[in-house]
Amino acid sequence: MFSKALSAAVNGIDGMIVTVEADVSDGLPMFDLVGYLGSEVREARERVRISLKNSGYHLPPKRITINLSPADIRKEGTAFDLPIAIAILTAFGYIPQENLEHTLFIGELSLNGEINKVNGVLPIVYTAFKQGFTRCIVPVSNIKEGAVVQGIDVYGVSSLQEVIRFLNNDSLLEPYFLDVEELFSNHTEKEDIDFSDVTGQELAKRAIEVAASGMHNILMVGPPGAGKTMLAKRIPTIMPELSFEESLEISKIYSVSGLLNNNQSLILKRPFRSPHHTITTAALTGGGGTPMPGEISLSHFGVLFLDEFPEFNRNTIEILRQPLEENEVTITRLQGTFRYPANFMMVAAMNPCSCGHYPDRSKCNCSPNQVKRYLGKISRPLLDRIDICIETLQVSYKDLKEKKVSETSKNIRERVMKVREVQMQRYRNENFNYNSQLTPKTISKYCKLGKEEQILIEKAFTKMNLSARAYHRILKVARTIADLDSAENINLKHLSEAICYRSLDKKYWEE
Amino acid sequence: MNNKEYWFWLCNIHNIGLKKIQAILDMYETPEGAFHESEKGLELLKELTDADRHMIHKSKDSVRIKESYAKVIDKGIYFVTKEDTQYPDKLRNIFNPPFALYVKGNLPKNHIGSIAVIGARNCSDYGREVTKYFAGELAKAGLQVISGLARGIDGFAHEGALAGGGSTYGVLGSGIDICYPIENFSLYMDMQKQGGIISEYGIGVNPNPGFFPMRNRIISGICDGIFVVEAKEKSGSLITVDIGLEQGKNIYAMPGRINDQLSKGCNNLIKIGAKLVSEPEDILEDFFLNYKNSEKDMKKNYKLLETKEKMVYDSLSFFPKHMNEIAGETNFSIHELSEILLNLELKNYIKQVRKNYYVYIL
Repeated sequence: MFSKALSAAVNGIDGMIVTVEADVSDGLPMFDLVGYLGSEVREARERVRISLKNSGYHLPPKRITINLSPADIRKEGTAFDLPIAIAILTAFGYIPQENLEHTLFIGELSLNGEINKVNGVLPIVYTAFKQGFTRCIVPVSNIKEGAVVQGIDVYGVSSLQEVIRFLNNDSLLEPYFLDVEELFSNHTEKEDIDFSDVTGQELAKRAIEVAASGMHNILMVGPPGAGKTMLAKRIPTIMPELSFEESLEISKIYSVSGLLNNNQSLILKRPFRSPHHTITTAALTGGGGTPMPGEISLSHFGVLFLDEFPEFNRNTIEILRQPLEENEVTITRLQGTFRYPANFMMVAAMNPCSCGHYPDRSKCNCSPNQVKRYLGKISRPLLDRIDICIETLQVSYKDLKEKKVSETSKNIRERVMKVREVQMQRYRNENFNYNSQLTPKTISKYCKLGKEEQILIEKAFTKMNLSARAYHRILKVARTIADLDSAENINLKHLSEAICYRSLDKKYWEE
Repeated sequence: MNNKEYWFWLCNIHNIGLKKIQAILDMYETPEGAFHESEKGLELLKELTDADRHMIHKSKDSVRIKESYAKVIDKGIYFVTKEDTQYPDKLRNIFNPPFALYVKGNLPKNHIGSIAVIGARNCSDYGREVTKYFAGELAKAGLQVISGLARGIDGFAHEGALAGGGSTYGVLGSGIDICYPIENFSLYMDMQKQGGIISEYGIGVNPNPGFFPMRNRIISGICDGIFVVEAKEKSGSLITVDIGLEQGKNIYAMPGRINDQLSKGCNNLIKIGAKLVSEPEDILEDFFLNYKNSEKDMKKNYKLLETKEKMVYDSLSFFPKHMNEIAGETNFSIHELSEILLNLELKNYIKQVRKNYYVYIL
């Protein structure tokens, strides 16, 4: 007899519906699995056979063939165990075929018939919903993740017998209900870090506020202990709270990577990823035999913090160029091409020389050449993608002692959110959202300069030997500063502040 | 072969250095005489070993000597021997003057005063600014600025002198056609137009640690005074000073803070009698009898600045100051301050020496 059950695989960060077909016919007793399968899927044969036996189902000695269709796309993962078992049972007549309609199954079986958690539940359920399925049967440990998708019934199951009883209408199972709105409103900020923890560093704080408002990438240069890492960690606290759509997209990535915890249904906090500088290319951008999202995708809509910037492997860092431009990363493998979103704000921190104290000559003994070599580890093209660059100062004892009341993250966040709204409004007809994404063409449209401003930038251009790229970066940052000031047009003070944050020129790099 | 080519031969024999050349000249008086003397005659010189004699004999290939001399001339390099009138007079009188110099550009003029500006390679930002300023002022006043075209103070001295529109001369510790360190290549080229490059060593001789103390004797030899800007307690610059003292030159030193490593050498020099220099006039009054002290302020006239700009300008010095510190002293917010700083920078009153660090310009 022939039967089929529906399941899904993860492709990139989206689900892809897979039909599991089972056929039982006469012949030598056999259990065959076909359909371009990865080794985990092929091993499903043993898991399914034994868990069926331990759940109390006796399979007659027949020739069983399973096909996973479409058969030309490679299938990986253990989520097909449950649909395979269901398809077999249906083929043997334990479950009527019509009871499987519009139902999607995912789950890994253990030998005693229990159902274990799998990765990628959220994107799969989301795809099922989009494709018109009415119910999804997922492992109970993934239920909170799956139930985020509204408009589809999601059932959490813990054993194979439970599924069969449910499908045969022998027992009643309630779809899990998750109140997403409550989830968002109950998500009170329990942040134990705040911007007011940082003493001094007014310049860095202001620059970070500008950077966060316009999603500009930022580079902080400074001696060890100047508070670069401390500042970077607090950047997510001044960025606007995640919207549902953003949260869903991030959660999909985390779901695929298996980083959603058991009790977690959505990622509600802006990601802050801080990979160690020994990270490999594949771990940073995503990849591997079966591609998985990398750190840049895990920091989607959040902050990617690269501490000790020059210490990163040069090739690894250079890979960032394309994702920084396109806000997504494309990985091509034998099995196909995968796209992972990577719209992150890059925050890099570095010391000015290998000992970290240049230009303080009482501590630094590096020769000018050593300093230059250290700075030279970062390539120009990458620097060209960093809009804001500042140098932080060692905190003096006076600053530490005189605890000046500095602004809290909450206050700064309000301003940042305001600027984000202004940008949303302004770019509603464009295909981007932030000032940092302005292209030279759109810059001339949105960053118009008055006469005085043009004179200033012209003077600065010749005096400071700016490049065309630097010019554009200055205008983009000036636009954000003007937005922070609620100004319609960029004026002199916005422009001069932007010039002050300009990225390191070639001249500085060489002096 | 002409006389120059004989000199060229004598100065370019492998392993024959100053002492041996002197011994040969003591015996034969001219290089030409030495060239035509048989090998036997050389045996009388106890300074020479058998290997040296063999080397001298082997090198007497007039075709090759002519070829290599022509190569030097083709490269636009002058070969100046002690016999030539262009050879600096001041250098003639030192203990062991070089027999010949390779020159690109010009040699320092005898009748014009010259000052050596030297100091540490790993100098501070303060040292850099001060050096540029002093070298510029000294060059403007008409002095020839001499230094070693090394990293740090040396290079900045040349840079300042060039910017001041004066002439400046660099003495190399490597072959005349080798720019070491390579970072100073643009200086190396510019100085040939506005001064000159001098070396005791010929084409293709790589820098060697032993050459630099020798180079220092030329620096101190061709100048009238030595000005040390920044030097650690044990510094190569102090070798130049020692040689300079033997040669009877004036020593000038820039004072520094007592706990500043980079100023210890200078402070020690002042302690033992070097002239303390706090403004260019301190040096200039020794060179020009009637040099009148114009008593000009170290800072630019700032009558044209706005009040806010004056406040910021006043808080700056030669020591680089970070924006946070300026903001702390003047109580301006960062965005106000950035506008003021940019204006001052565009008006050429201040300068950003590193990202977000400012100094004033004189």
